[in-house]
Amino acid sequence: MKFAVVVFPGSNCDHDAYYAVKDVLGQDAEFVWHKEADLRGADVVILPGGFSHGDYLRTGAIARFSPVMDAVRKFAAAGGPVLGICNGFQILLEAGLLPGALLRNRGLKFRCEHVHVRVEQTDTPFTLACRPHQVLRIPIAHGEGNYFTTPDELRKMEQNRQILFRYVNESGVVTDEANPNGSIESIAGICNEARNVVGLMPHPGRACELAVGSADGLVIFESVVVAHARGALTAGSASA
Amino acid sequence: MSGFDKATLERHGLNDEEYQRIVKALGREPNIAELGMFSVMWSEHCSYKSSRVHLRNLPTAGPRVLQGPGENAGAVDIGDGLAAVFKIESHNHPSFIEPYQGAATGVGGIIRDIFTMGARPIALMNSLRFGELDDPRVRRNMEGVVAGIAGYGNSIGIPTVGGEIAFDDCYAGNPLVNVFCLGLSRADEIVKGVAKGTGNPVYYVGSKTGRDGIHGATMASAEFDENSAEKRPAVQVGDPFMEKLLLEACLEVMQSDALVGIQDMGAAGLTCSTCEMGSRGGAGIDIDVTRVPQRETGMTPYEIMLSESQERMLLVVKRGREREVEEIFEKWDLHAAHIGEVTDDGLMRVRERGVVVAEIPTKALTDEAPVYRRPMETPKYLAEVQKLSLPEKPAVADADAFHALLASPAIASKRWVYRQYDHMVRTNTLVLPGAGAGVVRVKGTAKALALSVDGNGRHCYLDPYRGAILAVAEAARNVACAGGEPIGATNCLNFGNPERPEIMWQFARAVEGITAACTALDIPITGGNVSLYNETDGKAIYPTPVLGVVGLIEDASQVLGRSFRKAGDAVVLLGESRQELGGSEYLKVTQRIVAGEPPTIDLKAERALQRLLVATIREGLLQSAHDCADGGLAITLAECAFGTGGIGLTVELPAVAPSGAWSSTATLFSESASRVVVSVARENVAEFLARAAAFGVPASEIGATGGARISVSINGRTAIDVAASEAETIWDTALGIFFKQRAA
Repeated sequence: MKFAVVVFPGSNCDHDAYYAVKDVLGQDAEFVWHKEADLRGADVVILPGGFSHGDYLRTGAIARFSPVMDAVRKFAAAGGPVLGICNGFQILLEAGLLPGALLRNRGLKFRCEHVHVRVEQTDTPFTLACRPHQVLRIPIAHGEGNYFTTPDELRKMEQNRQILFRYVNESGVVTDEANPNGSIESIAGICNEARNVVGLMPHPGRACELAVGSADGLVIFESVVVAHARGALTAGSASA
Repeated sequence: MSGFDKATLERHGLNDEEYQRIVKALGREPNIAELGMFSVMWSEHCSYKSSRVHLRNLPTAGPRVLQGPGENAGAVDIGDGLAAVFKIESHNHPSFIEPYQGAATGVGGIIRDIFTMGARPIALMNSLRFGELDDPRVRRNMEGVVAGIAGYGNSIGIPTVGGEIAFDDCYAGNPLVNVFCLGLSRADEIVKGVAKGTGNPVYYVGSKTGRDGIHGATMASAEFDENSAEKRPAVQVGDPFMEKLLLEACLEVMQSDALVGIQDMGAAGLTCSTCEMGSRGGAGIDIDVTRVPQRETGMTPYEIMLSESQERMLLVVKRGREREVEEIFEKWDLHAAHIGEVTDDGLMRVRERGVVVAEIPTKALTDEAPVYRRPMETPKYLAEVQKLSLPEKPAVADADAFHALLASPAIASKRWVYRQYDHMVRTNTLVLPGAGAGVVRVKGTAKALALSVDGNGRHCYLDPYRGAILAVAEAARNVACAGGEPIGATNCLNFGNPERPEIMWQFARAVEGITAACTALDIPITGGNVSLYNETDGKAIYPTPVLGVVGLIEDASQVLGRSFRKAGDAVVLLGESRQELGGSEYLKVTQRIVAGEPPTIDLKAERALQRLLVATIREGLLQSAHDCADGGLAITLAECAFGTGGIGLTVELPAVAPSGAWSSTATLFSESASRVVVSVARENVAEFLARAAAFGVPASEIGATGGARISVSINGRTAIDVAASEAETIWDTALGIFFKQRAA
């Protein structure tokens, strides 16, 4: 299957994601420049981390206007799986493809370290291969990862089971200490109502080999490969 | 008599004699634009006029060296058709005046030096010096510097994989910010900063030119006083996003073979890049400042030529290939401005709307800059501080000293710092910060590169020659502990005012020390940077040479960290321990003494030790290896237990001679050089000890890993016995406490 890794000016984890799916997982992958209007027949779209347009305005606020985002919107609307990692998550929020917002970390400093996240739902294309409540050790690297939304929206998301990942301690328990950025309800990642658009702050692409400290992130990419093999992806290679 | 008054010359940092040289080089009086250009190019920062005669002696050749000093960065061959391109550079003065931007633009500058060579930057490191942290101004300075490094490096997406930080009052008014960058390129595609081919177009690309940073190079070539804050306009503002675009676009242009040469505009901006490129190519350059993109109105040629606005590059392109290059920059939303041509007359010619406003032979600005053999004199303080008279017995119990050292900011975990740096982006980081040398793998090969930056100002203050040797040895040893064979080094030489004979003596002795160590260890110096005038109100910093060493690891799967791996392994000490407390962290922390002679070092023994490490790590005989440095053996052993999830150790040490009240203290905390603590699986102990003997390296099995305590006894008497978790908590949290880190 084919992954499209979208490159915005200032993306810097594009190679992390590309390497994970192409070299570690052995899937097809292609970089797609943000000015392109077409996703070149990709089966999955990844919006990678980085500092699109320098993030001098709100993170992701400019990237959402890139031509490629029209294609991503259409692809998502047709049910195609879209994964936003870190800055990619921020872009999905700005683009209105996911609910909520990301604020500055409560400690006001950038944080890069391994954290533990618990998989809350396994019925999305990116968590399908996870065990229920599996705890993954994956790094974060962000200054604005403090997830926030309104109480009404939060209730709705909980009802719809849209909260996919929470920050937990090593034993899989939600604690304030294990929450690295102050996210509401320790939310580390979410999906849309249709469950095909997923965004998370941790970087699964940086945890795909034991040589770099953890291989726990690989299951996120493996999930979408499994989903594709099962024909569970409605959009498939729908041209968007 | 000159055409300028004394005040004007002084403001330009030029003396009468230098002015007369300018008149001679031009055959006439300079105009103000020309005066400005000479002033920045002949500044200490750009011309190395005080240091050059000493630097000539550094060993710079070797079979792997592809590019030695003189280009934007050095390069060494790492096999597989690849080159490691690296350099270290200081941004000390700006980081005192405006910590965030000063440090950020330091990172930006060194990254440009690396990609200018055609290499993709893959790792950053830094070496920092601050005053003591109980001073709130120092804390603010350090917070700003760390945030600046993070802000730039994180945004551009190059991991900061390690570094070192030390603290002493002498740096309170003169913090040191030395940034190291490593890049990778094809060995046969290294790009030079050269202008040649008459008629080839000269392009300017990147940020627009403003009035920021005018005379930054001159500022970096003078001491500070109470009015230094007024120099804030001479510090530039960094734009990592622009640099990210430049980086990607320039690497793409380099793939096209349409490029002749390229150089970044760092210190002395457009002046330096044009005349250096012309001088290297034996060519002239003719540019019109009217065509230079400007962000402010009414800028004079003087201002445009001297601006140090960041994120700007100068390119010479093959004639006829202009459109190709312009299109690549357009893809990245960058505008490449055609500002002039290469000529064959060897002149740096600057025009404004076609009218010549400056005309100087490029060589006059570069190769023919003044070179000084400044007077030297052994510092008067030296004999005094080298005498170490210890009190009758230690003032604190060894166990208490151990705790105090764990909490000393120089030794304590730097997690508060490095977790602000993205140290994993690009997924090459094999050894995370705080676990030994920085190690990045080389994708597409089986190899990895180990990196270490080290320096010890206190040692160099007490003996600059030996201190410099120790710095080289430590950096190389750190790399060897990860399994890396040291293959190249870069240095950043931070000193006071070279016009003072005592400072010049420190400088010369330190360079002699680096030369001796690099020669003995067979590590070529491929470039570096000199930062002088690190003084405030007449008080100089400790002489602080910082060495960055790159080591080659043939098999990335054999990379070693410093932490123990499992319980039940043998703990082996390599090297000899002596009573050498002079210049130690112990004396500073517990006795407030900075005195004595730094530890002795035998470079033959050092070389044997490093070779043993590289060989046996490659053979898979070791589980962990950790260099013994600040805080001595006791701290080194404890650090091996940290980050292991609770693997402790029990060791028994023989007391160092002579016996007496200081014997156990010296055994624990002496910083004797050329020592490494390794852990070895039981089944490999005999073989490893035999290998050590064959290499001529003293090795003694001192104990075993395991248990939950750090337990050290000397001649059968317990000296330290503490829960490993308790010791680790002290070490892990000490630095953050200074910054009132919120528990989050």
